[in-house]
Amino acid sequence: MKIFENTGMAVKGWFCAFMGLTRLCFEAAYWILIGPFRKKPINMPSVFSQMVFMGVQSIIIVFFVVLFTGVVLAMQSAPQLEQMGAVFYVASLVTISICRELGPVLTALVVAGRIGAAITAEIGSMKVNEQIEALDTMAISPVRYLVVPKMLALFFMLPCLTVIGDAAGILGGYLIGVFNLKINAGLYLQTAFKFLTIKDIYTGLSKAFVFAIIIALVGAYQGLKTEGGAVGVGRATTISVVTSFVLIIIADCILTGIYFFSDM
Amino acid sequence: MSDKKTAISVQNISKTFEGRKVLDNVTLDIYKGEIFVIMGGSGSGKSTLLRIMTGGIQPVFGKVFFDEKDLNALRANEAEKVKRRFGMSFQSAALLDFLTVEENVSLPLREHTNLDSKIISIIAKMKLGLVGLQGFENFYPSMLSGGMKKRVGVARAIAMDPEVVFYDEPTAGLDPVVCHVIDKLILDLTKRLKLTSVVVTHNMESIFRIADRVGMLYKGNLLEVGTPDEIKHSKNKIIQQFIHGHLEGPIQLT
Repeated sequence: MKIFENTGMAVKGWFCAFMGLTRLCFEAAYWILIGPFRKKPINMPSVFSQMVFMGVQSIIIVFFVVLFTGVVLAMQSAPQLEQMGAVFYVASLVTISICRELGPVLTALVVAGRIGAAITAEIGSMKVNEQIEALDTMAISPVRYLVVPKMLALFFMLPCLTVIGDAAGILGGYLIGVFNLKINAGLYLQTAFKFLTIKDIYTGLSKAFVFAIIIALVGAYQGLKTEGGAVGVGRATTISVVTSFVLIIIADCILTGIYFFSDM
Repeated sequence: MSDKKTAISVQNISKTFEGRKVLDNVTLDIYKGEIFVIMGGSGSGKSTLLRIMTGGIQPVFGKVFFDEKDLNALRANEAEKVKRRFGMSFQSAALLDFLTVEENVSLPLREHTNLDSKIISIIAKMKLGLVGLQGFENFYPSMLSGGMKKRVGVARAIAMDPEVVFYDEPTAGLDPVVCHVIDKLILDLTKRLKLTSVVVTHNMESIFRIADRVGMLYKGNLLEVGTPDEIKHSKNKIIQQFIHGHLEGPIQLT
């Protein structure tokens, strides 16, 4: 019987979390779209400092993660293509895979682990130290003051990081293609971009915008819900990262289906 | 007392948390210009009552009136205007770690007024001067002692020249000398700025130093309200055990 009880409680938990995330999303949208016209402007200095923290300081890790992914993808695909006498198609395989899928998704996962965790830890610590309550009693919305700047910063920075990640992944494939597989450099680059379409690029980048909203909302939601001191902050951070990972993969699946399995 | 105006009127407040009754039918009036102390042991419901008075928590039953307005019946923008007339000092000071002392104190001014940033800076320095912390404007909270953080919290609470200031355990964790400093600060600010102060504490020395009137909470019930002298001579055995800190008596730790 316990299995029914546990399943019921789990579903109830997911439903409450979904409602909470939706409510936070609407509140953030209000402060971004309507607040500035009601004399409640967005905290722009905070947006810019968050853009530096989230974007600029993530460049190196994103670069290396996607670079090595490009390297591995080239290494794994080369033997099969060689058997068909088409090893130079490693270039387009790597480029299209990175631009459509691996660049945006891996960049988002890295950023969820780094930035999503940081958002939850910061807001969660503020919650357990009564700082969120202090903002409330001063009639300052914690969503407007804390969450919106982080969300906007990530919304602008994640697509930029994705572009850098895409370039790194293509470079990784290039390094293997030219230096290991001995493909002519000019031929490699020509083949890499020959089959790349604008749709490959915009589908990949549009995913980045969606992933950014997921990471920021989940991170902030878990932070604002934190209870129970330092242990609570640790627990919330873990839940935030895992939830972000799962939702990113689900969103990727849905968007890929919409873009490539329908008539869009 | 009939010529005294009521600042805050708490009527039949009850609150339950996860099945446990934390406040049971509490009614009291706080008059303008007085220092009202809510005292009680740990778990007596005093911090919850404070948060219901500031509008931070909704009661299950009952109403809180400020300036004849029911706090829980107000729309969002009206509730915001009322909150700006309150100031709150937290037990842990609750300063924002990423802002300097001056930025913390000037936060409500920057968010709620259109004043020039130079004027806001002058006001923040004035408020810090009132709590004896001039010169610490560029320090971060992590560089301050507990007592100093509390005083910055008080400066922030009075930044918008509120009518009512709420203090949640203002002397918790502080040494006796610093406790006296905080008590004197509460007294000075209330009289000089003509505020109403609501203080939650169980520090008996502070209570008898600063209170105009005291209300004793025990297990969510308001046992008695009176002047410090009246409370000292109360016939209620619970109050007597609490004031003197006796081990024997009706208050048993579970």
